[in-house]
Amino acid sequence: MTFRKYLVLAGVAVFSAAGDSLLARGMKDLGGVSLHNLSSLILAILDPWVACGILLLLAFFASYMAALSWADLTYVLPASSLGYVLVALAARFGFHESISPARWMGIALITAGVGFVAVGPSLTPSRKLATDVISQQEAQS
Amino acid sequence: MKEAYTWAAIGLIVVASTTGDILLSHAMKKVGDVGELWKRHGLLKVIGRVLATPTFFLGLVAMGVAFYSLLFGLSWGDLSLVVPASASLTFVANAFAARLFLHERVGRRRMLAALLVAGGVALMAL
Repeated sequence: MTFRKYLVLAGVAVFSAAGDSLLARGMKDLGGVSLHNLSSLILAILDPWVACGILLLLAFFASYMAALSWADLTYVLPASSLGYVLVALAARFGFHESISPARWMGIALITAGVGFVAVGPSLTPSRKLATDVISQQEAQS
Repeated sequence: MKEAYTWAAIGLIVVASTTGDILLSHAMKKVGDVGELWKRHGLLKVIGRVLATPTFFLGLVAMGVAFYSLLFGLSWGDLSLVVPASASLTFVANAFAARLFLHERVGRRRMLAALLVAGGVALMAL
């Protein structure tokens, strides 16, 4: 794991949290969407909040794909959950909102979970997939 | 009715995003380390290789379904229920699916981590 790889994982966390928050803000403007007016879901992307949220989620997607190319899914996913912790900490220290004891407990659990995975190996390739990749690389070179 | 719509959306998000994550992870392992590829062959080669992987597109379709289920769910339920509930259930579903379909070594450490994160995400909603 290099510094750049940790930066990519940080991007996964930050972009997904920021993107989700903007999407949620936009969907509140639209109100309830029922099965009878599903077309309004397609028009939802015209809302500026939803559009900005989608842009951030695209940035999340690019960093997520990069991370998945060199790390296990079960390694990358816990890292992405750090975004929730970042949002809560920003709310506490940036906007001086109060955080309930249950949320502090949630922050502790997520951080512990991420720590558990982070000290282990980032990649545990299956034998089949690994040999597939190696034979593919050999065929190309 | 509102609650039924919300939980139907949450169920759909979990199934679709787990399917998408598995397919995309499989696709990117086939592509190989994009950092190395970019250094050696340039960005265009990386994009070309990703686009030439069929499971990437299947994964995108599944993620699209998950995305629209999220919008649907958010329009009915609260952000503080829909996002944490679907996210925490997806963590647990993904841990099982990664072991089953990607043959990742999800040992006691990673399973415990998935449960901790899932519990933590659920608590954040309170």
